[in-house]
Amino acid sequence: MAEQISTANAWSANPADLIPAGRKRLGWALLALATVGLLAVIVVQILYKTEMSTIGFDTWRPVIYAYVLWGAALGAWQVLTRGEDGQRALFLLPALLFTIAMVIFPTLFGFYIALTDWNLSSFTGRRFNGLDNFWQMLADPYYRNALFNMVLYVLAVLVEYVIAFGLALLLNAQIRARKFFRVVFLLPLMLSPVAVSWMVGKSLMEYRFGPAATLARHLGWENPAFFSDPITARISIMMLDAWTFIPFMMIMLLAGLQAMSREVLEAARVDGATAWQTFWQVTFPLMLPVSVTAVILRIIFKLKLADIIITLTSGGPGGATDSVSSFIYREYRDRSNVGYGTMLAMAYLVIIVVFVTWLLKFANRFVRNVN
Amino acid sequence: MSVQTTDYTVSEIRSPAAFVASRVFIYGALLFWTFVCLFPLYWTITTSFKSAVDVTQGHLIPFVDFQPDWKGWRSLGLSPDSIFETSTVRDEFFKRFMNSIITSVGASALAIVIGSLAAYGLTRYRYKFAWFKNEDISFFFLSQLILPPVVLALPFLVLYREVALLDTRIGLILLYTLMVLPIVIWIMRDQFNSIPVELEEAALVDGLSIWGAFLRIVMPIALPGMVAAFILAMVLCWNEYFFAALLTSTDAKTIPVMVASQTGSQGINWWSMAALATAAIAPLAIIGIALERYLIMGMTAGSVK
Repeated sequence: MAEQISTANAWSANPADLIPAGRKRLGWALLALATVGLLAVIVVQILYKTEMSTIGFDTWRPVIYAYVLWGAALGAWQVLTRGEDGQRALFLLPALLFTIAMVIFPTLFGFYIALTDWNLSSFTGRRFNGLDNFWQMLADPYYRNALFNMVLYVLAVLVEYVIAFGLALLLNAQIRARKFFRVVFLLPLMLSPVAVSWMVGKSLMEYRFGPAATLARHLGWENPAFFSDPITARISIMMLDAWTFIPFMMIMLLAGLQAMSREVLEAARVDGATAWQTFWQVTFPLMLPVSVTAVILRIIFKLKLADIIITLTSGGPGGATDSVSSFIYREYRDRSNVGYGTMLAMAYLVIIVVFVTWLLKFANRFVRNVN
Repeated sequence: MSVQTTDYTVSEIRSPAAFVASRVFIYGALLFWTFVCLFPLYWTITTSFKSAVDVTQGHLIPFVDFQPDWKGWRSLGLSPDSIFETSTVRDEFFKRFMNSIITSVGASALAIVIGSLAAYGLTRYRYKFAWFKNEDISFFFLSQLILPPVVLALPFLVLYREVALLDTRIGLILLYTLMVLPIVIWIMRDQFNSIPVELEEAALVDGLSIWGAFLRIVMPIALPGMVAAFILAMVLCWNEYFFAALLTSTDAKTIPVMVASQTGSQGINWWSMAALATAAIAPLAIIGIALERYLIMGMTAGSVK
């Protein structure tokens, strides 16, 4: 996803844009004031919370306000001291400050929580226990099982891809009412996965009266329980998740098909290629870059899979359908175990980052080798 | 993203029999998938008009199999005969509904504002913060996409408790903004790349400032992209369940959390469940049908060059 910016234009700074020294001083003074203010609020708050002083606020919220003010001062400092360059930096600053505050700090904090024994429902508070959570994690068969399930769920993306490609080809064929079909095929993506898992998973696939179960009985499956044995339950979860997310890949692939140059296909036809040959020799290779993007994005979404499992099976039967996210969710909900849950989440983050980095490298090489 | 009629499929077909066969196959497959997509919706909507017996016997067709009744909607306080009476369930429902609207619109709007600015800066200027260049900054933003919610969930639970943002709409809005920001930046970068730089250069020559050029020249052109990004962000926020389930309890609960918590003491009231699910699904289904063009534009941004 780290694509190069293709049309970035470097406008050189305007040398005539000279900034008076007084304005620069004002900028620096403003920044210094805001920094001192932010630090002061933090220090006051730390002292208050550690009961070394009696002046302070009940919550840490003033720190957020101070941070926002500091961000504003940072922007003003940029404009005052750097003129036009500063105005340019102003485009980027809000998003940057926001993301840093919302991601970097909580993640670092998370790494700290991961090393503590912290049960939110008990009164003992948190206790630093080093790598205990880590060793516990290595020995946890349920976590390993959840990771293994993630592998299966990710592999299911390939099946989704085949179906999505088929649907995209259908929509790209010369058909009537194309817009109608496109809207209908897109619809599942709009629907709330929670509502869908209730109405489809718990009602439509209900063992006794659900139409899906009735249909399965008619087709000769005597005991159509979709969620009672581990393998069927996993497949049911995969199907439901696929149902909501196939449109996503389908739309990307359809856009790829529509952007394909007609001349190439014409040429293949003139050369006497059959439809089957045209697809494998021309369409599929040309679609490879789009396919790779679609599959990778889909895998990234798949790695977050949680809500369907939480509402539908809550991991059951016996943890068989657990994804990592749903497992950690229950770990917290049932045992309020923040420390251990965070350790699991952090380990998952590391695994994901390694996996996705490898995936991007591999995909890059793959696309280059084939084309 | 205009849809052209592609007719090469037809020209490939040689004999009339093969043509008919391929037509039958194509329309058969299309209709089959239409059924797959629509039947669950049909089931949800009809179930909201069924009584318990009709649900457990799997009756399907209204007026033939069963007599539709406002049962599900009455339990929500939304049927014609109960709409003017007071109903605690309805108040509860509207409260959750408003929470969902406020959080998803608020988060999408905030993400659009800061995301568009960042995307514009990244496509037009060269930055260098310490050793971070444009590519690194872009990667930093987009890499947030792989961050699974579960990693942030527990730290945020603890932090939000400390800053009194637990169970508030603002808290959810901030998190949702974070969640959709990479997607918005991705879409808007693509959008700004497609706008010729000459337009702004002319505006600068005419005496507009950098921000003036952005607000008065570029923004109006990029509006369709913003709408696309906004709608996609809306969809993601509206359907979000994980954070909402963990971080809200009474005040800021959203619709998906309300849907998920509908198990009564005597099992599930399918009719009211179905009515609630229909109400939760309806806004997005309508938006999806009406603004499908923008959704597709958002989803395909940057994937096809």
